[in-house]
Amino acid sequence: MTNPPHFKGFQPIGLPEEKNPVVLHYEEYEAVRLSDFELYTQLEAAKEMGISRPTYTRIYESARRKIAMAFVKGKAIVFEGGKVYFDSEWYSCNACGCWFNHPAKEEDVKSCGLCNSPEIEQYQGNGQQNGAEDLCVCPQCGLEKAHTPGIPCKAEECPNCKCAMHRKGTPHHNGFRINKC
Amino acid sequence: MKVAITSAGNSPESQLDSRFGRCSYFVIFDTESKSTEFIPNPNKENLDGAGPASAHLVASRGVKKVISGEFGSKVKSLFDSLQIQLIVLNDSDKNIGEIIELLNHK
Ligand SMILES: [Zn+2]
Ligand SMILES: [Zn+2]
Ligand SMILES: [Zn+2]
Repeated sequence: MTNPPHFKGFQPIGLPEEKNPVVLHYEEYEAVRLSDFELYTQLEAAKEMGISRPTYTRIYESARRKIAMAFVKGKAIVFEGGKVYFDSEWYSCNACGCWFNHPAKEEDVKSCGLCNSPEIEQYQGNGQQNGAEDLCVCPQCGLEKAHTPGIPCKAEECPNCKCAMHRKGTPHHNGFRINKC
Repeated sequence: MKVAITSAGNSPESQLDSRFGRCSYFVIFDTESKSTEFIPNPNKENLDGAGPASAHLVASRGVKKVISGEFGSKVKSLFDSLQIQLIVLNDSDKNIGEIIELLNHK
């Protein structure tokens, strides 16, 4: 896939925060992006994602139903998951906010490819690569707790500051703009 | 080192064009000579294969990095095989001049 969406989801205007948002997987996001934004045919989109046409159709249908559900019922949408699409090494820069990859694998990555800041972090995909612990982290106070599979981190509240939490080691935790508590 | 940046227009005040394959212009910036060149993207209107065609275009200019808002998976693996680094800026309120400034911080 190209890139995960650079924000965490959507919230309906004028409704209290939903406790059970619709969880849209990255591959579903990608299917909608390819079909309805880039205007690919289903065949092209399936090729682009490296999956079969029937699989693509299934993902795309699921995405549309979820979006329709959120749209009609006024539910929030939260983006999650899709580790398969992030197997290349990506880093995020805390200084300039960019992401970059690293095609020359034999060299160590020491600084941002754009601004040269050393304030970089490897993007951990779904948080479970390299045996890393899967944690939710509070963007405000840094409190960490074990991530509960199936529950979007955003639906978890920091006991100290009542902030919505983020998955540790993802770009979302690294200070993207939407991450205001 | 040469860097390609996808641009919505042909001046340093232009915004980053977030789509790689069908961007309006490619800016080729040379970090040593500080020269910038704006190349209109001939693949802008391509229905098919704009990504790979654009990738070949910037690769032929000898760039080592490409800065854009997003890259398709085909383009990504193409650049990987050419050992060209990809930089994704989602924060599209930066214009070309500001991105070049970031690059000059080295
Ligand atoms: Zn940076
Ligand atoms: Zn907290
Ligand atoms: Zn979590």
